[in-house]
Amino acid sequence: MVATQETIDKVKEVASSYKYGFVTELEAEKAPLGLSEDIVKFISKKKKEPQWLLDWRLKAYKKWLAMDEPNWAMVNFPKIDFQDIYYYSAPKAKPKLNSLDEVDPELLKTYEKLGIPIKEQEVLAGVAVDYVFDSVSVATTFREKLADKGIIFCPISEAVQNHPDLVKKYIGSVIPISDNYYAALNSAVFTDGSFVYVPKGVKCPMELSTYFRINEQNSGQFERTLIIVEDNAYVSYLEGCTAPQRDENQLHAAVVELVAMDDSEIKYSTVQNWYPGDKDGKGGIYNFVTKRGNCLGKRSKVSWTQVETGSAITWKYPSCVLRGDESVGEFYSVAVANNAQQADTGTKMIHIGKNTKSTIISKGISAGKAQNTYRGQVQIQKNAKGSRNFTQCDSLLIGDQCGAHTVPYINQHTPSARVEHEATTSKISEDQLFYCLQRGLNTEQATSLIVNGFCKEVMKELPMEFAVEAQKLIGISLEGSVG
Amino acid sequence: MSLLEIKNAHLKLDDKNILNGVSLSVNKGEVHAIMGPNGSGKSTLSYMLAGRDGYELEEGEILLDGISLSEMEADERARSGLFLAFQYPVELPGVGGMSFLREAVNSRRKFLGEEELDHLAFVKEARKEASKMYVKDEMLKRAVNVGFSGGEKKRFEILQMAMLKPKVSILDETDSGLDVDALKIVSDGVNAQRNNDNAIVVITHYQRLLDHIVPDFVHILSDGVIIKSGGPELALEVEKNGYSGLINAA
Ligand SMILES: Nc1ncnc2c1ncn2[C@@H]1O[C@H](COP(=O)(O)OP(=O)(O)O)[C@@H](O)[C@H]1O
Ligand SMILES: [Mg+2]
Repeated sequence: MVATQETIDKVKEVASSYKYGFVTELEAEKAPLGLSEDIVKFISKKKKEPQWLLDWRLKAYKKWLAMDEPNWAMVNFPKIDFQDIYYYSAPKAKPKLNSLDEVDPELLKTYEKLGIPIKEQEVLAGVAVDYVFDSVSVATTFREKLADKGIIFCPISEAVQNHPDLVKKYIGSVIPISDNYYAALNSAVFTDGSFVYVPKGVKCPMELSTYFRINEQNSGQFERTLIIVEDNAYVSYLEGCTAPQRDENQLHAAVVELVAMDDSEIKYSTVQNWYPGDKDGKGGIYNFVTKRGNCLGKRSKVSWTQVETGSAITWKYPSCVLRGDESVGEFYSVAVANNAQQADTGTKMIHIGKNTKSTIISKGISAGKAQNTYRGQVQIQKNAKGSRNFTQCDSLLIGDQCGAHTVPYINQHTPSARVEHEATTSKISEDQLFYCLQRGLNTEQATSLIVNGFCKEVMKELPMEFAVEAQKLIGISLEGSVG
Repeated sequence: MSLLEIKNAHLKLDDKNILNGVSLSVNKGEVHAIMGPNGSGKSTLSYMLAGRDGYELEEGEILLDGISLSEMEADERARSGLFLAFQYPVELPGVGGMSFLREAVNSRRKFLGEEELDHLAFVKEARKEASKMYVKDEMLKRAVNVGFSGGEKKRFEILQMAMLKPKVSILDETDSGLDVDALKIVSDGVNAQRNNDNAIVVITHYQRLLDHIVPDFVHILSDGVIIKSGGPELALEVEKNGYSGLINAA
């Protein structure tokens, strides 16, 4: 069953306005600046969490204290002062402006190009608006429909209260608290995120998106998502937003864990468009994310699709652990870096079970002075007989001041496995541009068309409406990079 | 007033004189053929007209419908109604033929102050024109010119011309690489677009195309200048005596 477009629009309208805040009964409380054991306790208490979760957070905090920031990625940024961050604050209302006239005209231009309605523009830009939510019932209906099928879709904080056994069993099971520096930090201080559970044999009838995740406060900079899909079940999850989002929090360190049982499938799509900062990258978001899918079950499948256009720095490697025999992992990625943006992104495919299969299609686009690195690991362990990986890694350079780097790590411990790696680097040719111009397209249209052509294999993996928006977005992020 | 006017066009590439004073007047409703041996500057002339980067005039002037093109970028010239069918159409990997056509047509429509066609209306129109060029739906779904045969590329060029309805079309060696059947399809396609408001400049090395697209005037280009102009009979002379006879006589 597919929701009608009208319903989707309506829900988006209602839910997205909600998502961006202006819920009235906010607690105006804030934890003191910095991070300590007390802060972790404070967060846990605020969320009325059970003791086990507090213990888990504290353990993560201790691990984090003993860890060092990773320095292997090809990104440069000033050292982050982790004591200069607020780790808990009631969802903040964004700085209030009185009207759109006070908003950065550049931002408005972008909204216009994306076709975002005025009302939504106001909300996104943080203009003081006083909307009345006359109906959240559409969204509630969706939730009920999901509940009918036994699907749980709610904020993870709510799941901690209502489904503690599931959360306890799976949280940290895919990404252990000590996995890496940012994951440990997230485990200690995560504020909220999504929880999805799809029971045996259930195919989730609609794409779950954060748009639908109502009754939830801004999940902040340390978001935590957990998705569990039982035998023979299926879910498609959409994350993100194409509108450029400003956030006062510079550091974002999310964790996403996926668990797929026998014959199940999880499709996880992301469009990330955090504020990249100005032309020199000032004020942009640092996006340090850990995402991993555990293909526990036989013939299970986890598929990551991402379009990354935002952030000053992106550090992100959605990965698959292919434990179940014949399980399948996929990674489709478009990473755009313009101006001073730095992207170090890629994936890890860990083949453990027999006859496991993985596909990696990575498209990196660099423009301006940007640096774009693909970093991918394919590991075929001893027992992963008959396993296969195919990696295709293409880079497109626009201009001659940017860089593209491909760093593949291949560890193969089984002779019967097959690993293929193809990599290309190309430029938009003058012939191509002239051909498009001669047909009346301007330079920007032409670039966007050629770039979108370059990304096509990835874009076609995105759900339809998302793909259209993502396509526009890529065009916009590259504006001014040619000619 | 001529629809296309080239006055004393001089152009250098890499400090080499390629066009050495080309002049040509093309009126509404006319078809002109420019013939010349390889390397005589035919493609250079077409790039210069279309406004390719690096093909700026050293001296001279070009006017489209009375408006000077010199200050216009390639895309502006195209939207104003100048079309170039490429000798070597360029591959655009991943760019679907239908979307490409739509972008092009809408750019032109916008320029003309017409409304953009809605999706369905556009597809209908495109399919109609495509079938005339024996371009199948399947081909429009493929990436522009990627893996197209020589004939398919040229048919797709003429399909674009049909969709864009330009004032002046320049067809650069549209006959090259075509077998007899494809030549017929392409020529029929071009002829169907001849009318009293537009003009076509056919660039060719061989006379055979001109059996199908019969020109009103024929010009012989050699070393970047037009050395002789005449009627269709001039093409037959080339066919009979080759270029050398004409060039020597000039
Ligand atoms: N980019 C260039 N730089 C220098 N010379 C060029 C360039 N392109 C073409 N030429 C030269 O210009 C002349 C005309 O070429 P062209 O216009 O392609 O001829 P035609 O289309 O008539 O065969 C040739 O001598 C060719 O070698
Ligand atoms: Mg030529």
